[in-house]
Amino acid sequence: MTWRRRSPRSVTVTVCPDGPLLVRGADEVIDEAGVAHEVRRPCVALCRCGRSSLAPWCDGTHKVVTEEAAKRNR
Amino acid sequence: MRLPEPRGPITEALQSLRCADIGVAVDHVTAAVDSHTSPLLDCDDAQLALWLLYELHYQGFDDVDPRAEWSPAVIAVRGHLERRFEAELRELTRVEVEKRLNIEEPIADRLFAMMSDDDSPRLAQYVQREITTTQLHELLVHRSVYHLKEADPHTWAVPRLRGRAKVALMEIQFDEYGAGRAGDMHSTLFARTMTRCGLDSTYGAYVDVVPGYTLAASNAMSLFGLHRRLRGAAAGHLAAFEATSTLPNRRYAAGVRRLGYGDEAARYFDEHVEADAVHEQVAIREMCSALVSDEPECEPDVLFGAATCLALDGLAAGRLLDSWRGGRSALLRPMVELAPG
Repeated sequence: MTWRRRSPRSVTVTVCPDGPLLVRGADEVIDEAGVAHEVRRPCVALCRCGRSSLAPWCDGTHKVVTEEAAKRNR
Repeated sequence: MRLPEPRGPITEALQSLRCADIGVAVDHVTAAVDSHTSPLLDCDDAQLALWLLYELHYQGFDDVDPRAEWSPAVIAVRGHLERRFEAELRELTRVEVEKRLNIEEPIADRLFAMMSDDDSPRLAQYVQREITTTQLHELLVHRSVYHLKEADPHTWAVPRLRGRAKVALMEIQFDEYGAGRAGDMHSTLFARTMTRCGLDSTYGAYVDVVPGYTLAASNAMSLFGLHRRLRGAAAGHLAAFEATSTLPNRRYAAGVRRLGYGDEAARYFDEHVEADAVHEQVAIREMCSALVSDEPECEPDVLFGAATCLALDGLAAGRLLDSWRGGRSALLRPMVELAPG
């Protein structure tokens, strides 16, 4: 009997303007403290604004950040 | 689940679905609809009628022959209700849709702008800071109409989309259905939250006490999902639903914990903060953008679907807050009367 290894998935990263990074194909995300976070969805969103309460995942807070910035610039 | 109790002449005329005969008296039902001259959107009887006709396509009723789903008479009656319902939704959202149409801006930017300009009543803030235990239970009862079949209405759109838009929708839906883990299905997480709060999580258990405005929100999703011609509206609706989820769900989770319920009860809301931060991007930037670029004729309906989601959610939020701030129940029968024993 032989076993065939699953061919490695390609990992893609998509940048969302004023939003997170969408990452597909990764098994885990390692944060700045070196802690590995398991990827349990087909696509994950990584925080880019630095304000997420669920880091490394995005929690939508960037919308509040960009709205505040827009108000300041008005 | 059994067929709900009638609320007026339309649902009264639909009680014949209980009989062995799978038809309904079309003239009888359409006459009942036509005699109702005020908006169907605000009519408990018409919204329950639509809800139960759509339900034949989901889980059905124990006391209705499953063949009724495709009975020509049943479909005719549904079409009669749908024509007026859709016209009312288009009128409700006309200004918002026209404002965003024919602008030289990517559809994604226009959709995100629609969400951030939305000034619906702040239900999530109320849930976080003020909601009482009984009111939270009422909110869960309202939400159970959709959340116990969460994702199902938009899944109808899968075979109606193509290419990149279909791939994006499937990615979202796979996650909604637990990403391969039955226990993580969003509808299962919601059922667990209901159970933790002492509520009956049986599918359809509370439909008899839920007002028309909440049924209307569910009906709009079924309308969009079940008509290929409205696939743009289904996509737009899902995009708006996902894009108005992360921040409110964080507040709902905080409200649930403030009232002393634990992590298990709050998990449904926690999960939606994380999942919908992904879904909103995929739904707007990938699904809706691909659909509008591949099938430009869908663009007005993408905006229509999104605007409908915001308008109906806003309407429901306003009604819930009015009831609770006025010291009233937001159900047709107050929670205390529903308590077992």
